[in-house]
Amino acid sequence: MPEFDVVDLPETDHVDVGDTAPDFTRPLVNAEYWEDVSLSELTDDGPVLLVFYTMDGAFPATYMWNEIRDRSWGEKLTVVGLSISSAYEHKTLIEERGMEYSLFSDPQNGVAADYGVENDLDGMAGVSEARPAVFLLDGDRTVEYAWVASEWPDFPDYDEVEAAIDDLV
Amino acid sequence: MSDEPAITLYRLQACPYCERVVRKLHEYDLDYRSRFVEPMHSQRNVVKRISGKRTAPAIVDENTGLTMSESANIVEYLEKTYGEAATDGGVDVGDDREDADNGGAA
Ligand SMILES: N[C@@H](CCC(=O)N[C@@H](CS)C(=O)NCC(=O)O)C(=O)O
Repeated sequence: MPEFDVVDLPETDHVDVGDTAPDFTRPLVNAEYWEDVSLSELTDDGPVLLVFYTMDGAFPATYMWNEIRDRSWGEKLTVVGLSISSAYEHKTLIEERGMEYSLFSDPQNGVAADYGVENDLDGMAGVSEARPAVFLLDGDRTVEYAWVASEWPDFPDYDEVEAAIDDLV
Repeated sequence: MSDEPAITLYRLQACPYCERVVRKLHEYDLDYRSRFVEPMHSQRNVVKRISGKRTAPAIVDENTGLTMSESANIVEYLEKTYGEAATDGGVDVGDDREDADNGGAA
């Protein structure tokens, strides 16, 4: 534990358990290409873990994706990420992390706004990204589990997420 | 899925050869899906795998079962298959075309 208080993020009225997660369409990037895909196309195939994270290259992005990769959640359900980074940066992250997961690119941060998880960055004028957040969705996009960062930085409780996944699938 | 476009275009952002094909697709009101790849030969495995060549654009048309690269050939193919000449009794292109034939009602 650090010897100082970490920064609290403001209260937010975010999408929560029991809500229907807002649908959206954005370029979805895999190791080879990207194309427009909607969230509902993914949930049509079964449960989805939607992971909002900081822009690619920030240390939380590396930590989160290493952990999620190592836990192999992709064997149980569809795991997708979303950040404001461009498709080109996503391709680099996927390659560097050596991971199977695809990443939505949302440079204008509209999806995070819809979910109530925006984070206006101090010291980066005009830049808003998603605060770290995890939403576990069933096939109807009903939120079964939600975690949204309340501090900066903040990380999901991976064991808790995993337990929620195991409950659902 | 039935509402998936039959045509897939593998393209690079801002590639003039690709835009040339896009113009044709728009001209004939064809429904298509874009898959963007990165502008570096070595990483364009998907294009190589589907078309046998590494250049973009490349097109896959499930209406006719054709995969093709080289923008000039693609444009010529689209003209022959979906252009004026093809409209009266030419190739059967399935129900993928959003033109006057199905009234734009869908
Ligand atoms: N003769 C080809 C040329 C296409 C072409 O050169 N495309 C470029 C992108 S604009 C490309 O794929 N170049 C290979 C490369 O730069 O790696 C055509 O008309 O389709």
